[in-house]
Amino acid sequence: MSTAVTDETPTPTKTSAPKKRRTLTQRDARLGLWLMSPTLLIVLAIVIFPLLWSILISFQRMRLIEIGRADFFKPLTLANYERVLGSSAFWNSLLITFVYTFGSVVLAVLLGLLAAMAVRQPFRGRTLVRASFLLPYVAPVVAVTFIWKTMLNPQFGIINQIGQSVFGWDEPIPFLSQTEGTWNLFGLEIPVPTALLTTIAFEGWRYFPFAFLFLMARLAAMSGEPEEAALVDGATPWQSFRFVVFPQLVPIIGLLAILRTIWTFSEFDDIFLLTGGAAGTGVASVQIYNYLTVQRNVGAAAAQSVIMSLVLIVLLGIYLLVLRRRGERV
Amino acid sequence: MTSQTVVTPPSQVAAPPQQRAPVSGTMHRVQSRAFRIGRWVVIAAFLIATLVPFYYMVLLSVKPIEALLSDPGSLTVKPSEFTLQTYVDVLSPVASGGQGFGRFLANSAVVALASVALALLIGIPGAYAIARLPFFGRRQITGIFLAAYLFPAILMAIPLFVGFTRLGLRGSLVGLVIVYTAQTVPVAIYMLRNYFETVPESIEEAGLVDGLSRLGVLRQISLKLAMPSIMSTGLFVFMIAWNEFLFALLFLVDRRERWTVSLGLSQLSGSVEIPTTVLMAGSVVLTLPIIIIFFATERLLTGGLTAGGEKG
Repeated sequence: MSTAVTDETPTPTKTSAPKKRRTLTQRDARLGLWLMSPTLLIVLAIVIFPLLWSILISFQRMRLIEIGRADFFKPLTLANYERVLGSSAFWNSLLITFVYTFGSVVLAVLLGLLAAMAVRQPFRGRTLVRASFLLPYVAPVVAVTFIWKTMLNPQFGIINQIGQSVFGWDEPIPFLSQTEGTWNLFGLEIPVPTALLTTIAFEGWRYFPFAFLFLMARLAAMSGEPEEAALVDGATPWQSFRFVVFPQLVPIIGLLAILRTIWTFSEFDDIFLLTGGAAGTGVASVQIYNYLTVQRNVGAAAAQSVIMSLVLIVLLGIYLLVLRRRGERV
Repeated sequence: MTSQTVVTPPSQVAAPPQQRAPVSGTMHRVQSRAFRIGRWVVIAAFLIATLVPFYYMVLLSVKPIEALLSDPGSLTVKPSEFTLQTYVDVLSPVASGGQGFGRFLANSAVVALASVALALLIGIPGAYAIARLPFFGRRQITGIFLAAYLFPAILMAIPLFVGFTRLGLRGSLVGLVIVYTAQTVPVAIYMLRNYFETVPESIEEAGLVDGLSRLGVLRQISLKLAMPSIMSTGLFVFMIAWNEFLFALLFLVDRRERWTVSLGLSQLSGSVEIPTTVLMAGSVVLTLPIIIIFFATERLLTGGLTAGGEKG
């Protein structure tokens, strides 16, 4: 666009021609700002401003009944942070959030990778299979959590029915309300956090399509030649995956892990709808909600959300550092 | 580029190595077979995991609750038991003994359609500006949008809850539309910008030369070319707004007449009095529009992709 100016030869008429160009560019720039302003306005008002305000609220005393009179100039206090950091529930929920995030991200990416590799070669009905794989991700969260809750219901859920009649379970498993169960494996009694594992499994099921989409796109864009060369050289299919295909997927897997970590760490809907945060699944975001609606303490809710963002930022910093050290570009 | 020129000669004389391949041992053959079979096992397992829950949803929605409780392990519905009464129950208004999902559907539709309209109205000019017009701070704005998109909704929930209460917007569908628009505009801009950038600049310049203003170019040339992309962006926004739960919960929970379908289902699914089969019908009602749109967009998107392929 701007290179057009240099094309013009320096002739005596130079003065008028470039001037006209420049005014066009200037007009374009002004128009650009105009066209951009509604977006800027709404994003500033609904995203950026609330984020800053949330930090302010976290330093103020604010109860739910007072929010009709909320103002910016209340005295500042550290009471909310003392309250949040001083409660044992906070540290417990932080641990749960970490386990939940780690388990869900790893599971979702692994399942996505498996699915993407499985449908890599063309076959009849591939489009339909691919579309079916995406269903858990696009369907409304309230609907899929309700289906899971019903399927896992101890009284009439299909999973417990099949478990009892086919796999010979002695009694139904309360998947979503049991904090800790025991697995009887070869005489060993292993304690397992049933509800937490169930929610992680749900996350794997619901979000593997996201990883699947990204990985499939990368696989499709990949040149087949190095792989062919490896096969010709006598590499087994596993070796060609491990040493040729997988290394090319690592950058996208890193990106997926980051995106999924951001979203899973602050995930609210899924846990709230599945367990309500009970039975050892009280992740940080559900606690924020409880501070807000049950304890009616807006200040503490804001403080917890600020702490959560800080933890998230630190987590992402570590991620980026590790990835950079491994020489991956993200 | 250089590696390609090196690689091509050997692959042209690929015939002898192909004969050599079986020599590399049984390990190779065993693995190849395992991968071939394993692949179908994996595909079947994923299909079961993704489709059975939705099948189960539809199944439960067409049988009476007594049939479910008497034979909970059944994965079929007997013709004698088949019923659509569940849908009548869930959709009809509370006044006539139903659950009022008809009303919720209307609310959801209004909110989602308004969000689509607003997001496109705001997003199209914005995307065009980012793609074409060299205004100050253009690059930084993209970064801000990315951050806005990545930032978890729960962190904005508290100040928005407080602020909208003060403005009197909480408890109204308008408040919800504003939030959904703000949440989806960054993605909409991202999607549309990519498309506007693929429109050849020469076409637009021809329009400028022919005496159209920039806005005229946007309206009469770029918009028409970008129609498929605008459609799919709109449907994407629709899906997000239709599926959203957190803000609907925070803003509307104490006003039943304004519940969206998502909120309605989540609130009523805790109740013991409403049969699960009736709620499953509600779940189908909630999911069906999304599934229809999803399969429509799939075709639209692949259609757009192949069209681009022909040109390139």
